[in-house]
Amino acid sequence: MRRHDITLVVNGVARQASVPARRLLSDCLRHDLGLTGTHVGCEHGVCGCCTVLLDGQPVRSCLTFAVSVDGHEITTVEGLGGDGDSLSPVQQAFAECHALQCGFCTPGFLCTVTALLRDNPAPTDEEVVEGISGNLCRCTGYQNIVKAVHRAAELMAE
Amino acid sequence: MTTQLFGERVRRREDPRLLTGQGRYLDDLGRDALAVAFVRSPHAHARIRDIDVSGALDVEGLVAVYTYEDLPERLAEPLPLLIPHPALTHGRTAHPLAKDVVRHVGEPVVMVVAEDRYLAEDACGLIEVDYEVLKPVVGIEEAAQGAQLVHEDVPGNVGAHMVQEVPAADGRSAREAIETAPHTLAFRLDIERSASMPLEGRGVYARWDGSDLRVYSSTQTSTSVRMAIAAKLELPLPHVEVIAPDVGGGFGVKIMHPWPEEILVPWAAMLLGRPVKWTEDRREHFVSSAHERGQVHYVRVGFDDEGRVQGLEVTILHDHGAYTPYGIIVPIITSTQLLGPYRIGAYRVEFSSIYTNTVQVTPYRGAGRPQGVFCMERTMDKIAQYLGLDRAAVRERNFIQPDEFPYDQGMIFQDGRPLIYDSGNYPEMLRMVKELIGWDSFDKRPHTGIGLACYVEGTGVGPYEGGHVQVTSDGRVHVSTGLTSQGQGHETVFAQIAATELGVPIEKVSVVTGDTRRFGYAVGTFASRAAVMSGNAIALACRKVREKALRIAADALEADPGDLEITEGVVHVKGAPGASIPLATVAVLANPLRYAFDEEARRATQFASAAAPDRPPVAEGEEPGLEGRDYYSPVRSTFAAGMHAAIVETDPDTAEVRILRYAVVHDCGRLINPMIVEGQIHGGVAQGVGGALYERMVYDSHGQLLNASFMDFLMPYATEVPRIETAHLETPSPLNPLGIKGAGEAGVIPVSAVLASAIEDAEGLPIDRMPISPAELYHLRQSRDG
Amino acid sequence: MKPPPFEYHAPRDLDEALDTLARLAERGKVLAGGQSLIPMLNMRLTAPEHLVDVNRLAELDTVETEDGGLRVGALARHSRVGRAGHPLLRQALKLVAHPVIRNRGTVVGSLVHADPAAELPAVLALLGGSVRLARPGRTRDVPAAEFFLGPLESAVEPGELAVSAFFPALPPGAGCAFLEVARRHGDFALAGVCALVTPEGHARAACVGVGPVPIVVDVSERAPDWAAAARAVREAAEPDDDIHATAEYRGHLVGVLAERAFREAAASAKA
Ligand SMILES: Cc1cc2nc3c(=O)[nH]c(=O)nc-3n(C[C@H](O)[C@H](O)[C@H](O)COP(=O)(O)OP(=O)(O)OC[C@H]3O[C@@H](n4cnc5c(N)ncnc54)[C@H](O)[C@@H]3O)c2cc1C
Ligand code: FES
Ligand code: FES
Repeated sequence: MRRHDITLVVNGVARQASVPARRLLSDCLRHDLGLTGTHVGCEHGVCGCCTVLLDGQPVRSCLTFAVSVDGHEITTVEGLGGDGDSLSPVQQAFAECHALQCGFCTPGFLCTVTALLRDNPAPTDEEVVEGISGNLCRCTGYQNIVKAVHRAAELMAE
Repeated sequence: MTTQLFGERVRRREDPRLLTGQGRYLDDLGRDALAVAFVRSPHAHARIRDIDVSGALDVEGLVAVYTYEDLPERLAEPLPLLIPHPALTHGRTAHPLAKDVVRHVGEPVVMVVAEDRYLAEDACGLIEVDYEVLKPVVGIEEAAQGAQLVHEDVPGNVGAHMVQEVPAADGRSAREAIETAPHTLAFRLDIERSASMPLEGRGVYARWDGSDLRVYSSTQTSTSVRMAIAAKLELPLPHVEVIAPDVGGGFGVKIMHPWPEEILVPWAAMLLGRPVKWTEDRREHFVSSAHERGQVHYVRVGFDDEGRVQGLEVTILHDHGAYTPYGIIVPIITSTQLLGPYRIGAYRVEFSSIYTNTVQVTPYRGAGRPQGVFCMERTMDKIAQYLGLDRAAVRERNFIQPDEFPYDQGMIFQDGRPLIYDSGNYPEMLRMVKELIGWDSFDKRPHTGIGLACYVEGTGVGPYEGGHVQVTSDGRVHVSTGLTSQGQGHETVFAQIAATELGVPIEKVSVVTGDTRRFGYAVGTFASRAAVMSGNAIALACRKVREKALRIAADALEADPGDLEITEGVVHVKGAPGASIPLATVAVLANPLRYAFDEEARRATQFASAAAPDRPPVAEGEEPGLEGRDYYSPVRSTFAAGMHAAIVETDPDTAEVRILRYAVVHDCGRLINPMIVEGQIHGGVAQGVGGALYERMVYDSHGQLLNASFMDFLMPYATEVPRIETAHLETPSPLNPLGIKGAGEAGVIPVSAVLASAIEDAEGLPIDRMPISPAELYHLRQSRDG
Repeated sequence: MKPPPFEYHAPRDLDEALDTLARLAERGKVLAGGQSLIPMLNMRLTAPEHLVDVNRLAELDTVETEDGGLRVGALARHSRVGRAGHPLLRQALKLVAHPVIRNRGTVVGSLVHADPAAELPAVLALLGGSVRLARPGRTRDVPAAEFFLGPLESAVEPGELAVSAFFPALPPGAGCAFLEVARRHGDFALAGVCALVTPEGHARAACVGVGPVPIVVDVSERAPDWAAAARAVREAAEPDDDIHATAEYRGHLVGVLAERAFREAAASAKA
C-alpha cells in the first residue's frame, strides 16, 4: 500500500511519519507518534474522546486523515501544560473540581475547553454546556466538568 | 498536626497522570504488538456450513487466521459458567469461537491476526462464511412461549426458574395476604435493555517469553482472569500474570470474564511467539460485549386503607440473551432488592430467565436493582393514587424503622447469605429529600410533576478482599490490593485509609490495584464493594503494620507500645515530642541485615543493632520487614440506601421531557472522601437519566441490533443531564471496622422510578414502561385522549 | 472500525482537482470536511477506490456577499459560515451537530451529502438557492429544487465538484426561524421546520427529517392564520417510522414546529 511521508507539527515539534492514506489522525498520533494521550472511544465522531486542536481549532482526530493535515499544527493533551510537569489552568481546574473519574474522555474535554476559554474567557453556564455538548463522559455526569470550566476561567483571569 | 485524612475531600492522586496524557490504557500499550480483529456473525441464529478463509490469505501483513477447528482441547470447550446456581438448570455458555451454530449477531467466528488493525479488518472482509440462517428468537415474551428454541436442548428457552416466598408474620402466604387485603391492584411493568457502555471498550494484550505469560486486560477482575487463562491454556499459575492497566470505565461489563478474547489473544501470542493485542472497537462493543436491564414484571399487591402493603407478588421474565456465563445474578438481585426500605407483609417472587438470540446479559451498574426499584416504587405510587394519599406518606408508613435494625427480610441475597439489613434511617432520609426538593411546597402547575423514589442497595458483598502494606526504609508506604479500578479513585481513597491508619502523610503512600504481580488473591470490582472490601482489608493490614511498628519503636525508645503514637510518619511517645523515631528507621530495624548498602541500612546490620545476642535476630513468629497483609471477609453485605426526587416539565405539544430539578439523599455509612462519593452519584444519576429517557437497545425481529452506534444509542451529553443536588446522611455500618458501605452503583438505581413518578404526576397518565421517549409519551397521550 | 484502503489525491488547485475528478469519474469521491464520509468509511459502509481531498484548495475557502445573497465556497466550514451574517444560516448552523464537528464539516459538503435530516438542505430549499457544479471547462448552477434527488442523493454527477453554493439573502424585512426537535442536543432532528415570513405576508416553510428531500411549502394564502398554515405544512410532510420516533409523531411535530416557526418568523419580520 502506498505510503505518504508527512510532517505534523505536534505540540510545537515537527514530527515525520510515513503513513498509508487511510491512517486516521487519531491512529497516527497514538501509534505512529506514540502520543497515546489522545483517546479513541467510537471512531464515528460522536464521543469526542479523540478531540485535538488543529491549527488551534478543536476537531475530531478520528474523522480526519493524517495525510489531509500534512504540514499543519496539532496540539494534543500532552501539549496543553507548561514546561515540565506544570498543568495548564484547565488541567488544574479539572483536578480541583474532580472533573474526571476514569479519565478516558478527559483529553478530549481538555482540548475542547482550552479552545472554548480562549475564544470566550468568561462563558455563561449555558455557553459552557453548549461548548462541551459534543463530548461524552460516562463517569462524571458532567456536573464537575461544568464546574471545572468555570473554575478554569477564574484561574485564567487571575 | 494530625494525619486524619479519612472523611476529607482529598484531591485525587491519579489525576496528574490522567490529565497530561500519561495514563496507560490498554490500547496505549504494546506498540509492537500484532493486531487482532474478528469475523463476527451477521446473523442472530444460523448454522455455519463452511468457512472459506482463502480470500484473506493474500492480504499483506496477514499473520494468522483461526477458527474453532484450530482450537486445542481445553480452548475448544465451552467457556466457563462463572456463577452456577441450583435454579439455573439449563445454563449454557458460548465457545471462544463459534462451533457449528451462532446465536447472536456479533458472536465471534474467525480470529484474524495481522500487522495492524487496518490490515486485520481487510482480511476479515475477505473471509467468507456460509451460513444456513435459522429462525431467530427475539423478544422476551415470544421467547417465553418457546415456539422457537435458542438452544435445541433447552425446552421453552427457560434457563432458570426460581421462586422465593416470605410469609407474613402470621404465617400466611403472599397470595393469601393479597386475596384478603382490603384493596388489591395488579399491573405490568417493563424496563428495556441498555448497557454499561464505558467509553473505553474491552481489550487484551499478551506477551509470551517462552515460559511466562503476561496479559493486560481492560477488566474489573485481573486475578480471576489470570486463573481462567492459566486453566484454559494449561499453564502453571505462577507463570501467568494479569494486569489491569488504567481502565476507561467498566460499569459492570468488564466484570464478566473470561471473555473469548481474554483467552484467544494470549493463546495466539504463545503460538506466534509475538506480542498480540486486541482492542475492541465501538461497533464490536455493541454486539459482542454484554447488555442488561431488559425485564418484564407482573405485580400484584394487597394493601390496607392506610396504604400499608400486606402482600406483594411479583412475576418476572428476565431476558438473559443467548448465553448465561454470569449465571442469574441479575434477576436474583431484582427479586431481593425489590423490597427496598420497606417491611412488606408477605412476599412472593418468581422469575424465569429466558434465552433469546441477542447479546448475553451480565450485570450493568445497579445490576437488576433499577428494575426492582421501578417495581416497588411504581407500586407505592399506584397505592397512593388509588387511596388518594400523599406518595411520600405511603412510603413512610411502610418503612422499616430505625430501631428495627438489623432487619431480616427473610430472603437469600445474591451472595447466598441472608438478606439482613445492617443499619439505616429511612424516615430521616425521607425528611431530608422532601426538604431538599421542596416536596410539601411544590407548586403543581399543568405539565409539571414531582416524583420520588427510594431504594436499598446491598453493597460490599463477599467473599473477601485483601490488602498488603509495606513500609520501606525510605519511609514510603506501598499499598496493594487485588481488585481493580475503573475511575473510582481507589488510589486516593485507599491512600487516605492507609495514611490515616498509619499516621503518615498521604504523599508517602502509593497504591497499586489490579496487578497480580503485587497481589494475587482478589475477587474483583463490582457490587459497590471495593471501598468496603479492600478499604477494610487495607485498614486491617495497616493495623498489623502499625502494631509491629509500635512494638519495634517501643524497644528502641525503651517505652511502652501503649504510650506511643504515629503522626506525620514519626513514632513518638504521647505528650513527649522529644522521644521519637521515624517510621523509616523502624522499617530499617524491622529487617536485620548483613549488608549495609546505605547509611540507613548500616543501623540494621548485625554489629550495629542492639539486638540481644541470646535471641534470634528474627524472633519466633516474626517476619523481617515492616509489612502486613490482611483480608476482610464479611459475614454479610452492608446495605446502603438512598432517596431521589425530581421535578420535571413536559412540553404540552412536543411531549419532550425536561428535568427541572434533581435531588439525591444518599447514605453509604461513613464517607471516606465526600468528593469522590458525590462524583460517583453524579455519574450514576446521569446513567440513570440515560436509562430513563434516552438509552435502549433496539432489536428488530431478525435479531439485528438497529442502533449499534453512538449516533443512535443515545447516551446523554452535558445538555441532557440536569444539575444534581446532593445531601448525605451517615449511618455507619456496624459490620466492618471502618463503618462504611458501598457507593459505586447508587446513583443509577432509582432514576427510572423517580422520573416515571414525576412524569406520571405531570401528565396524569400511568407510566409503566421505561425508558420513555417523546414519541412514546405522545402516543400515551393520544390513546388517553382517544 | 478502520477505513478500507483507497488511492489518495491531494490536488493543489481547482484545475488539478477538476482534472483529477474528471479522470476518475465514477471511481473517485470528494473528501471535504469528512464529517459524514469518514464515519461511513470507518464503518466500511462505502469503499471508494479514490479519494480526492479538496482541503488544500484555499481558493474554495470563501464566504462572499454577492448580489442578493451569500456565496459559500466548498471549503467554508460550518463554523465560519455561521458567523457570516445570514440570519437563517446562523440559526440553522447552531442546530448542526456540535461545535467541534462544525469546525471541520463544510456547508457545501452537507448539501451534497443530502441527508434528509440535515438542516442546510432545507435552508437552501427554503431560500431558493443553488449549488454550482464544475467539471473541466464547464460549470452549471443547479437550483435547490432540482438539486436534492433523494436520501443521500444529490444532482452532483460523477466527475463533478460542487464548488460553491448560493444562499439568497432574506427578502427585505422578512423574518425567519429554524426550530427542530432532536433526541439529544446536536443530534439529527426527529423533525424540523424552517420558516420565512415577509412583511407583505408571503410565508413558506421547509421541513427536515420528514421526507426523502427537504419539503418546501408555500402558505402565503393562509398567512397569517398560522394554525392553518401549519396544517398545510403537516399535510405536505411524508414522515417515516424509525427507531427514534413514529411517523405519526413526526407528522405531529411538523405541525407543532411549523406553527411555532411561523409565529416566531412573523414576529421578527415586523420588528
Ligand atoms: C456526530 C455528528 C453529528 C452530526 N450532526 C449533524 C446534524 O445534526 N445536522 C447535519 O446537517 N449534519 C450533521 N452532521 C454532518 C456534518 O454536518 C457534515 O459535516 C456534513 O454533512 C458533511 O460535510 P463534510 O464537509 O464533512 O463532507 P464530507 O464528509 O467530506 O463529504 C460528504 C459527502 O459529500 C461529498 N462531497 C463533499 N463535498 C463535496 C464537493 N465539494 N463536491 C462534491 N462532492 C462533495 C463527499 O464525496 C461525500 O460523499 C454530523 C456529523 C457528525 C460526525
Ligand atoms: S473517537 Fe472520535 S469522536 Fe469518538
Ligand atoms: S471520566 Fe470516564 S468517561 Fe469521562
